[in-house]
Amino acid sequence: MKSLNPSILLLILGLLASDARAASEEELALERWVRGRVKPIPISLSGYSGEVATVLRFDLEVAGCAIVSEDQAQFLLKGTNNGQVEGRLSDAISKATRLAKAYSGGTPRSQAHALADDVIQELTGKPGIARTKIACRVARGPNFEIYVSDYDGHGAVAVTQDNTVAAAPAWVPGRRALFYTTYKFGNADIVSHDLGSGARQVVARHTGSNMSPAVSPDGRRVAMILSKGGSPDLYVGNLDGTGLQQLTRTPEDESSPCWSPDGRWIAFATKMNGRRVLAKIPTEGGQVQRIATSGVANPTEPDWSPDGRLIAFTAQMGNFEICVVPASGGEAQLLVGGQDPSWAPNSRTLIFTKRGRAGQRTLSLLDVPTRQNKDVAHNLGGCSQPSWAR
Amino acid sequence: MKSAFFLNLLTLGLLVAFAATGCKKPQKGVTPIPAAKGGTVASAQPRGPATPPSVPPGGALPGGGGTAGTETPRETPLKTGPEGIEQAPPETFDGMVMDPATFKDQVVYFEFDSSVVRTSQYPQANAVADHLKQNSAQKLLIDGHCDERGTEEYNRSLGERRALALREYLARQGVLPERVKTRSWGEDRPADPGHDEEAWARNRRGEFILLLPQ
Repeated sequence: MKSLNPSILLLILGLLASDARAASEEELALERWVRGRVKPIPISLSGYSGEVATVLRFDLEVAGCAIVSEDQAQFLLKGTNNGQVEGRLSDAISKATRLAKAYSGGTPRSQAHALADDVIQELTGKPGIARTKIACRVARGPNFEIYVSDYDGHGAVAVTQDNTVAAAPAWVPGRRALFYTTYKFGNADIVSHDLGSGARQVVARHTGSNMSPAVSPDGRRVAMILSKGGSPDLYVGNLDGTGLQQLTRTPEDESSPCWSPDGRWIAFATKMNGRRVLAKIPTEGGQVQRIATSGVANPTEPDWSPDGRLIAFTAQMGNFEICVVPASGGEAQLLVGGQDPSWAPNSRTLIFTKRGRAGQRTLSLLDVPTRQNKDVAHNLGGCSQPSWAR
Repeated sequence: MKSAFFLNLLTLGLLVAFAATGCKKPQKGVTPIPAAKGGTVASAQPRGPATPPSVPPGGALPGGGGTAGTETPRETPLKTGPEGIEQAPPETFDGMVMDPATFKDQVVYFEFDSSVVRTSQYPQANAVADHLKQNSAQKLLIDGHCDERGTEEYNRSLGERRALALREYLARQGVLPERVKTRSWGEDRPADPGHDEEAWARNRRGEFILLLPQ
């Protein structure tokens, strides 16, 4: 067998080496994005009034812009909302028009959201999130009900009216359906709920507690924490709860499963050697591997970003802190005080719960690169456990 | 000889192409959520069906059978007791009547972030064990609770771990685990609504509910 020509071999090795260098450059860029602070895009608004102006301001600030006066702006958004929302985005220096659009139909609020999304798409090259939905639970006296609303808290509708405790809503990816825990039958059981028809189905009603559902990215399976085996362990089953497979068998209490976007892993909170850690396991079963979160203690409630690169989680160190870590584990980055983060489809914005000293719960939004943080525009009161529809 | 050279060239070409693309993972698009109509005049593309103004309330869930308890429907007419006072029908769990009164003073308390049953709590748990050993037709439901200082789903799991720890303790005292059910409320049903150490200590608890045959 003739061996490879040595100069070709060198070229191949050189190419392989440069490929490895490219991978670590991406990691470096991610590090900068997470550890540094990206400057917000300075943009000025003029010609808008009332609700449309408020919505545009909110959407653009959450998306990582700063609303400034015209002389400080890098981009100018000028328009009107007489009858319909119109907007022209131009570059402050070159005066070039980046986009010019008018919107019809829907409400002034939804038109403003559409304009904000188009501006963000133009400025960042990525889709905006101004027209996405979230689910959460809201305290109603001693009980909790599941609600769905716009990402800013507006347009909230009650999904349940069961006068009991409901918890941990989780979307079925790509569908208007939710999984959640309900105590409607006097126990912690998991149900699925089609938001279009209102049809509900019991998914897990085993002895003990049935908790924390998380649906796979392909929408075909559900991960759950079930204690029917004598300890809260991680299980995976079909969407209707059949075909259960037990993934963990530990005397510790596992909690808060979430799927990797490629559907190959489930990350969750557990204990190892007496310490609270994040871990992951292959979805077909196998070895539990720790996800290192160095620099913070007591990590819990992980959520895997839709682009697969980061895991957001809560660290409990006196107060609750929202953190991110590379999905492969490593050094964690503290972001803001709060708990229970959920990623937007853009893998950039987080929604989470803020708790006041007297226990009040509010939903809050964070733009990870700029660290800009705004509480949701419309506060439902006693709102927690947000889940962003993806 | 010539074919080996072209094979090398092909390999090189593939490697170049491989390196150039950088192995990008396919990007999943944003999940389309039906939005209120707001199409642009420019694009004239409809944005999709409008969101209905309200979500139909959750449909009835089949309530028969299964291992969980049932909440008595409110339409059941209230019984009139011997005192002439209307009594609400007792709640059931697993087909048995719930009696939260018998063991209401036997609450077991836990340390922060722990499900260990401490020796100081043995008297309460022992009293429950003794009663169950003398009343073999009765069963037990253990409710596990947490204070608000954990995150909500972590607490739901920890509360269950506390209930299970008590079940294990009772098993060591001779109560068959098959007679004991567990349930966790996480931090959702505090005994004390306060936000200080005293309140938190009172919320980290296991409560025993006696289950009586119907």
